[in-house]
Amino acid sequence: MSDEAISESNEARDLVGEYQFGFHDEDKSVIRFNNGLSEQIVRDISAIKNEPEWMTDIRVKAYHHFVEREMPKWGSPEILNNIDFEAITYFLRSTDATKDDWKDVPEDIQNTFDKVGLREAEGTWLGGITAQYDSEAVYHSIREDLESQGVIFLDMDSGLREHPELVKKYFGKVVPHSDNKFAALNTAVWSGGSFVYIPKGVHVEMPIQAYFRINAENMGQFERTLILADEGSSVHYIEGCTAPSYSSTALHSAVVELIAMDGAKIRYSTIQNWSNNVLNLVTKRAHAMKNSTVEWIDSNIGSGLTMKYPAILLKGEGSHAEVVSVAYAGKGQHQDTGAKVHHLAANTTSNIISKSISKDGGRSTYRGMLQVMPKAHNCRSKIVCDALMLDSDSRSDTYPTMEIGNSSADLEHEASVSKVSGDQLFYLMSRGFSEQEAMGLIVNGFFEPFTRELPADYAVEMNKLLNIKMEGSIG
Amino acid sequence: MSEEILKISNIHVSVEDTEIIKGLSLTINKGEVHAIMGRNGSGKSTLANVLMGHPSYQITSGEITYYGQPLEQLEVYERARAGMFLSFQYPSVLPGVKVGTFLKKSIEAVRGEPVKQKDFRNQLKAAMTLLDMDRSFLSRYVNDGFSGGEKKRLEILQLVLLQPSLAILDETDSGLDIDALKIVSKGINQVVPHAGCIVITHYQRLLEHVKADYVHVMIDGKVVKSGGPDLAHKLEEQGYDWLEANA
Ligand SMILES: Nc1ncnc2c1ncn2[C@@H]1O[C@H](COP(=O)(O)OP(=O)(O)OP(=O)(O)O)[C@@H](O)[C@H]1O
Ligand SMILES: [Mg+2]
Repeated sequence: MSDEAISESNEARDLVGEYQFGFHDEDKSVIRFNNGLSEQIVRDISAIKNEPEWMTDIRVKAYHHFVEREMPKWGSPEILNNIDFEAITYFLRSTDATKDDWKDVPEDIQNTFDKVGLREAEGTWLGGITAQYDSEAVYHSIREDLESQGVIFLDMDSGLREHPELVKKYFGKVVPHSDNKFAALNTAVWSGGSFVYIPKGVHVEMPIQAYFRINAENMGQFERTLILADEGSSVHYIEGCTAPSYSSTALHSAVVELIAMDGAKIRYSTIQNWSNNVLNLVTKRAHAMKNSTVEWIDSNIGSGLTMKYPAILLKGEGSHAEVVSVAYAGKGQHQDTGAKVHHLAANTTSNIISKSISKDGGRSTYRGMLQVMPKAHNCRSKIVCDALMLDSDSRSDTYPTMEIGNSSADLEHEASVSKVSGDQLFYLMSRGFSEQEAMGLIVNGFFEPFTRELPADYAVEMNKLLNIKMEGSIG
Repeated sequence: MSEEILKISNIHVSVEDTEIIKGLSLTINKGEVHAIMGRNGSGKSTLANVLMGHPSYQITSGEITYYGQPLEQLEVYERARAGMFLSFQYPSVLPGVKVGTFLKKSIEAVRGEPVKQKDFRNQLKAAMTLLDMDRSFLSRYVNDGFSGGEKKRLEILQLVLLQPSLAILDETDSGLDIDALKIVSKGINQVVPHAGCIVITHYQRLLEHVKADYVHVMIDGKVVKSGGPDLAHKLEEQGYDWLEANA
């Protein structure tokens, strides 16, 4: 190889790193809007989807709020203030319709979902899946037994078409467009995402999954998800995501709203593995009614910058919040994540476990909020924040905030920052593991409180993913 | 003559410019058990760590060969893969790493090939029965919350599973109750015929269960006396003072 060729391939490697999902398909979109954002683009998105007027109005209102709203001042203002919103594609339709048979999905898209492992999982242990490719779902399936019990699992566009009354009632009620600049952006240009309704008393035993794949360069993906678990029901929803590695920025800005009615249980698991050129700015929030449980099982392994703080409002007495989150910040990554729990009712409980790893100059930040309202008596909360630094170039910060409005609350808060010890490495190496394998085991172990909450196959995948991330720069 | 496994020739070892081992030689053949005794701080664990390749220790002179090959160039994990095993005086805690997973991966790492789940299960079952260990250990995290004796038992479980050619046991008997000592000795004795063994201990009573061919006494980084099992008895009765003069 010539010197230039070598340096070029090194550059490509630097860009892609150890990321194995950085490939892309040729852009064969059916419709792709010009880059840039305006009220007209917002109206065009609504028009192309034949939406009811009330939705168009919500979008336009949100758009104006977005324009006026200032950028968040936390996280990474340098990156946020440099986002060129005119360089982003806000809508791209890849296929003419969502299919329910993979045979009808273009072959390269089929292959992509094969490579990311979705199709295998579909066949074995999922109750239903939605595969979104850029702006819209290209494939969707749900097991018949779920459908016959009245479970609704659709992409959000279909949800709006088929269940406008439910969507109208709940859309934006948990995360209003005025929540923050990116919630406003999402509300203005949302496309795709999931709409889920679990009827009273129905327990969905197999998880349902949505997969979000960005393919085109400069893409903005703005999926919108609404999950309603009616009284006494339960569901486990899993989302995964990956994107090609490009040198230019892609934007992923989702809004997820969950409502767990009395006695319901929602578990929402995320395996976020975007390429490093993706900015991941997501608002996730849940309302938990009486005696219900909401669990965010959240991992952030990829993206250049993630700002995401899954929230739970414990509105009903006896409700429970669980947030288990892990973040991995490698070279060129900043994971600014956390959890927010608001105890609004009495006898509510919450449990927050946050684990982060920083390596090769990566930066991880925990930003947490725990609030107990004056009338929320006898609440219990436990927060554990652990950071593991794999080298001294990396950085980890913790910003916990607590507002405790009464003295009956029982609170525990533990935080630790640790380094991998030489003794641990020596012990593992004396058992035949190379330094890299040893690090991999330590990292997998550190994230175990997260992976044990995942279905077995995904836990295995997660560990593999982490090991791949660990490859390269050691030694 | 039986096969030579390890030969240590007059090594000097330093940590950060402090010399700890000051000229030590030892040859170990297959099937032999060498007990090493000596006061706290005399350099026994240092010797064990140096043999396994701990990066903090520098061999400033002398040589160690393993099956006739110099050890120096081998990384820690390469030594393990070549059949060396160290049972730690203070085994590390590995939070989140399950014992079962760890054992299987370790066997695979040492053997350099995947192990069939069924074969692994059978070997594990046999070894755990031998060592009277409860299956519930497998789903616990390595050494996390283990009692001192449990940690030692897990070390010996690894010894039995990995079937090394050279076993270095650093105070594996410390902290064991009388029954546990017998059980752990069974594990050691299973490995002895196929390996060279270095058994570091403070107590003669281990040698009632594990037959030592040689007993070496270390004082201040040197072997000052070598003998048979009788020497261990004498040390137990008289302590180390009578040897100081020779040192
Ligand atoms: N990494 C190190 N840094 C500094 N000093 C060390 C280090 N390792 C060992 N030493 C010193 O070397 C000496 C020998 O220690 P070593 O652990 O080998 O003793 P030992 O014979 O195993 O003792 P014990 O019977 O208490 O286990 C001690 O004085 C110890 O403090
Ligand atoms: Mg010692």
